[in-house]
Amino acid sequence: MKLTLHVWRQRNPADAGAFATYELEDVSTHMSFLEMLDVLNQDLIAKGEEPIAFEHDCREGICGSCGFMVNGVAHGEQPGVTVCQLHMRHFKDGDEVTIEPWRAKAFPIIKDLVVDRSAFDRIMHAGGFITVRTGSAPDANAIPITTENVEHAMDFAECIGCGACVASCPNGAAMLFVGAKIAHLGLLPQGQPERAARALRMVEAMEREAFGACSNFRACEAVCPKEISISGIARMNKDFRRVALAGPAPARGKRR
Amino acid sequence: MKLDARVPGGPLADKWSRLRNDLKLVSPANKRKRSIIVVGTGLAGGAAAAALGELGYKVTAFCYQDSARRAHSIAAQGGINAAKNYQNDGDTIYRLFYDTIKGGDYRSREANVYRLAEVSNAIIDHCVAQGIPFAREYGGYLANRSFGGAQVSRTFYARGQTGQQLLLGAYASLNAQVAAGNVTVRPRTEMLDLVVIDGRARGVVTRDLVSGAVECHVGDAVLLATGGYSNVYFLSTNAKGCNVTAIWRAFKRGAAFANPCYTQIHPTCIPQAGDYQSKLTLMSESLRNDGRVWVPKAVGDQREPGDIPEAERDYYLERIYPSFGNLVPRDVASRNAKKACDEGRGVGPGRRGVYLDFADAIGRLGEHVIRARYGNLFDMYQMITGENPYRVPMRIYPAPHYTMGGLWVDYYLMSTIPGLFVLGEANFSDHGANRLGASALMQGLADGYFIIPYTLGEYLAGAKLEAVGAGHDVCRSVVAEVEARTAKLLAINGSRTVDSLHRELGMLMLDECGMSRTAPGLTAAIEKIRSLRDSFWSDVRVPGEGADLNQELEKAGRVADHLELAELMCRDALQRNESCGGHFREEYQTEEGEALRDDQNFTNVTVWEHGGGDAPPRQHTEDLIFETVHPTQRSYK
Repeated sequence: MKLTLHVWRQRNPADAGAFATYELEDVSTHMSFLEMLDVLNQDLIAKGEEPIAFEHDCREGICGSCGFMVNGVAHGEQPGVTVCQLHMRHFKDGDEVTIEPWRAKAFPIIKDLVVDRSAFDRIMHAGGFITVRTGSAPDANAIPITTENVEHAMDFAECIGCGACVASCPNGAAMLFVGAKIAHLGLLPQGQPERAARALRMVEAMEREAFGACSNFRACEAVCPKEISISGIARMNKDFRRVALAGPAPARGKRR
Repeated sequence: MKLDARVPGGPLADKWSRLRNDLKLVSPANKRKRSIIVVGTGLAGGAAAAALGELGYKVTAFCYQDSARRAHSIAAQGGINAAKNYQNDGDTIYRLFYDTIKGGDYRSREANVYRLAEVSNAIIDHCVAQGIPFAREYGGYLANRSFGGAQVSRTFYARGQTGQQLLLGAYASLNAQVAAGNVTVRPRTEMLDLVVIDGRARGVVTRDLVSGAVECHVGDAVLLATGGYSNVYFLSTNAKGCNVTAIWRAFKRGAAFANPCYTQIHPTCIPQAGDYQSKLTLMSESLRNDGRVWVPKAVGDQREPGDIPEAERDYYLERIYPSFGNLVPRDVASRNAKKACDEGRGVGPGRRGVYLDFADAIGRLGEHVIRARYGNLFDMYQMITGENPYRVPMRIYPAPHYTMGGLWVDYYLMSTIPGLFVLGEANFSDHGANRLGASALMQGLADGYFIIPYTLGEYLAGAKLEAVGAGHDVCRSVVAEVEARTAKLLAINGSRTVDSLHRELGMLMLDECGMSRTAPGLTAAIEKIRSLRDSFWSDVRVPGEGADLNQELEKAGRVADHLELAELMCRDALQRNESCGGHFREEYQTEEGEALRDDQNFTNVTVWEHGGGDAPPRQHTEDLIFETVHPTQRSYK
């Protein structure tokens, strides 16, 4: 089939950037979206032009590297997939397709469709973990966990950190991402000791970055390739409120 | 070159604990003064960086991805083995060791494999403590599934995303150490060379993939955990960025390379759909627990699967291997699929595929049970092929997936360059000639969490390391070499794209050094690889510049190294005049077509030393001594 692509080209962060138009003559319906771009890039190189830079790695929807807007929707219109898993059978001959990078203040553009998502890492550094020294764990079966809780935790733990939620939120909020980690760890017995501190640190770190706040628009949930529920945001708010309103826990134990 | 594996004395089961009693320790005050470079942040590298940070070392971890959370370990689906015996089905550490040695076709080091089985249980404990949501039974205790090559159920899993959860666990522990100030992570930074000063690994030269800046980083030891080299085949299940560069550069600086020809072609992948194909997608081997593999009995039968009656189907794995059936190890399953297709009984477009049929399991257990077990895998299959595997059988075909070969390491995981340690898939140590399912995650985490934190201390406590700075003469000269190479790649400006050359290399390697190999084929392949390498260096086109994000330049450097590695793989396959595990030489097979080992002459590891310049590599061997198990012909019948 034939396609017309309008692709955002931007040489570097300082460049203003603009859309460029490419006509594709012979796109197979079995191709993945990224394979379609691969073929275009091979043509561009042959013509002496620079290929379109886009992030990708595993190409099976799990590493979270890829992601851009396809006709204004993060990862395209198919539900529950990343753009590397989007196949061309969902397009038809003559379609015009607009491709542009994540647009969010917290994700500056590096080049073409590649953005800087290091703000996510900084939030995780602040508290997205359970502190456990290697070698100190009890037997794995020491603490039973209901299947209900573990499956619910897994629903949140599936987050791949792609950034589609931020790019789709009118406020550029990272709350689905942060809420997913807080909910994942907060649903497990192992996550309880640091639960309050984690919520406080991660929310504070999030607010230090250029993310906006949640206004329950729910665009994040609608585009999330792992279909993560905004109930994670509610859990985050609950944990955060509890610690923020109560103030720091008083030190216990004898002072010497 | 002297190869000393430094395997401790004593009975097999006591070696590791005895060694731990004797290992030198680094005092807490001195750990703070030691800087460790870790390259790669997958299960092995991420775990090592986290565990070493916890001990108080100053760690810098490098990865080419934009975040440490994206290393390719994340894509592992099926699970991780451990000898917990939670199922009460007779599992022991010895059995896990024995299955792994046997699965590797008796081409791995007993002591290393035993240690791997020994630490496997602690890995599961640690991962649960990190908050990894492994699947559980209704009583709240951990669930297990069975996997190829084993008759016990010892695989722990988190839906079909076990690798993702384990990697995010390691990433979380790494983050805790970043917060503690012990670890610095350098994403989007690719190691392009190794710095060896006075015979010891003292640093790496990297390229910042955004700014193009080439820099030297020095330290007291260097850990490579950079994964495998299946992308030499172009089409593989690996992530697009996976590459051999870090270990290949180390090889060229003096680290020996062991068993490069041992590669694993995974049996259950989605077949190639067209010439534009960029990678192959793996479907977890766990599918073989409930799926039945078959092809039509008749050559050239092109009917739809539903139109082929039961009597005209050949469930060839069940027929040939009645006791293991569809759960034979990966190499056996792959070779038989290729054989069926070579006989003209393949199915689907291009006739390079076999059926994996769930109709019986759905009939027996109900669709809801199959959906609960494999739902995400079935969805993935449907998304890629447009076919519904609940209704029509899946089509699968083998694809390059894992490389058992890698840099040679001793029992301490140290390479032939003092101070250079190699972890996870990047080393050669534990899987012999074939890796069993759910063992890669186990090995990566064993190396990172529970082995290197001990053995590294022995090196650091025993070595006299002079202070070096990034301005050292050797650093400056390696930086200049890396810059010159980048400039050379950009200057060729020929007519062929990096991908087209890589694709050609991959097809050649798959044909001649893939699931089956022959002496004439390998000999011819070596010549073709050389001429392809000449084409690359005279005719490749790398657009753009070196001073910004240039993905074609990144690929070009990696393909240049794959073009050198490919020749070594063929040389290695050519000299190993036997068949073992994933290495199948057509000249050496039993009357029934099974791999025929030559234990008399090849119970060893082939270890290659770079010849320097264009000189051919020098071949060495490490003999494998079996004190506990007795190599027999693997039988899964």
